Amino acid sequence: MISKILDSAAEAVADIPDGATVMIGGFGPAGQPIELIDALLAQGARDLVIVNNNAGNGTTGLAALLGAGRVRKIVCSFPRQVDSQIFDGLYRSGKLELELVPQGNLAERIRAAGAGIGAFFTPTGYGTPLAEGRETREIDGRGYVLEYPLHADYALIKADRGDRWGNLVYRKTARNFGPIMASAARVAVAQVREVVELGTLDPEAVATQGIFVQRVVAIAPAPAKEAA
Amino acid sequence: MSTRLNRDQMAARVAQDIKEGDVVNLGIGLPTLVANHLPAGREIILHTENGMLGMGPAPEKGQEDYDMINAGKQPVTELPGAAYFHHADSFGMMRGGHLDICVLGAFQVSKTGDLANWHTGAPDAIPAVGGAMDLAIGAKQVFVMMDLLTREGASKLVEQCTYPLTGVACVSRVYTDVAVFDIAAKGVTVTEMFGDMTRAELERITGLPLQFAA
Repeated sequence: MISKILDSAAEAVADIPDGATVMIGGFGPAGQPIELIDALLAQGARDLVIVNNNAGNGTTGLAALLGAGRVRKIVCSFPRQVDSQIFDGLYRSGKLELELVPQGNLAERIRAAGAGIGAFFTPTGYGTPLAEGRETREIDGRGYVLEYPLHADYALIKADRGDRWGNLVYRKTARNFGPIMASAARVAVAQVREVVELGTLDPEAVATQGIFVQRVVAIAPAPAKEAA
Repeated sequence: MSTRLNRDQMAARVAQDIKEGDVVNLGIGLPTLVANHLPAGREIILHTENGMLGMGPAPEKGQEDYDMINAGKQPVTELPGAAYFHHADSFGMMRGGHLDICVLGAFQVSKTGDLANWHTGAPDAIPAVGGAMDLAIGAKQVFVMMDLLTREGASKLVEQCTYPLTGVACVSRVYTDVAVFDIAAKGVTVTEMFGDMTRAELERITGLPLQFAA
């Protein structure tokens, strides 16, 4: 019987080695797999390359991982926020490498990795400092920049419900990077609010198909609290 | 004599130009105000980059759902007809030319429609780009909403941007507190003026050859 269900977040991230590239889902707080990040922090892997849209909020989750000095490099589109003080300090002191990517190029590079695309030309960023040094091409009179796929060893994502085959459904805008990150990682780990029996999820509504997911962990939602 | 527009009046002026049926993305910051002024009776669909079409206004206090947020990470609501999607699809909607209008703030716009709105270029500034570059080149029409002058009194509509670019020749219209400017191949045309600035003063302050719509 196929079962991708694991008992704990700790078990789900136990084999992430030093130096791994880890995609972390979420757009700000929505879809951020806090408990998986906490487990990764407790597990102790170092020298990580993290791919996330942001660079942590406040002092928990991704910000805590950065603050503990576990991250060598972050690939993101929008690190600067009102409560990104941990990133800000590390970046200014040169302790953290930043690869800044326009958000749509970040998403498409992740999608391309999952879809087996070798590279693609995008109009986003053409003529800007973020395209400096990159190959460009004019196609039908418009300028494009060559971008390469972004692969990962692991993806840590959050969904609403999942089954033992790894099929996932999300909640509202918490879907964000989940489906594409799952596809781009060798091992995709999904924390879900609820594991349901196989056959419970409406096949028409499955947003991430189990083929993209290797591990599923049920994490009961924390008592409601306001995001920063 | 008319007066210069305040921020809400600028937002209302932008909103007037959003037509029935338009799919619109409002950038974070000043453009968010446009949502409060969309003309009643027009069916307009708001897109948010983090994965939603049919975005509604902020929820009542106590009804916030932090799985339902906008690009500024503020809680929003869903309207009947709303749809959710992942980030690659969301940015495909932009890049693929499916959005009718996006409204963005700016540090500078050049006379040929170059946009600078993501980075001041200051050495100690932390760069953050988000979806600005995708919106700038993706939407069918890019509206910029900004005060015409910096705090130091310099025009933000310029011959050539000195801040790092967000996109090249992508802005179609600039709404300011002083005037509305159309940007096209034939040059910059002033379509409306607010306040008591004369045409000559506007040309002097911007340093640009301006055309004036009748």
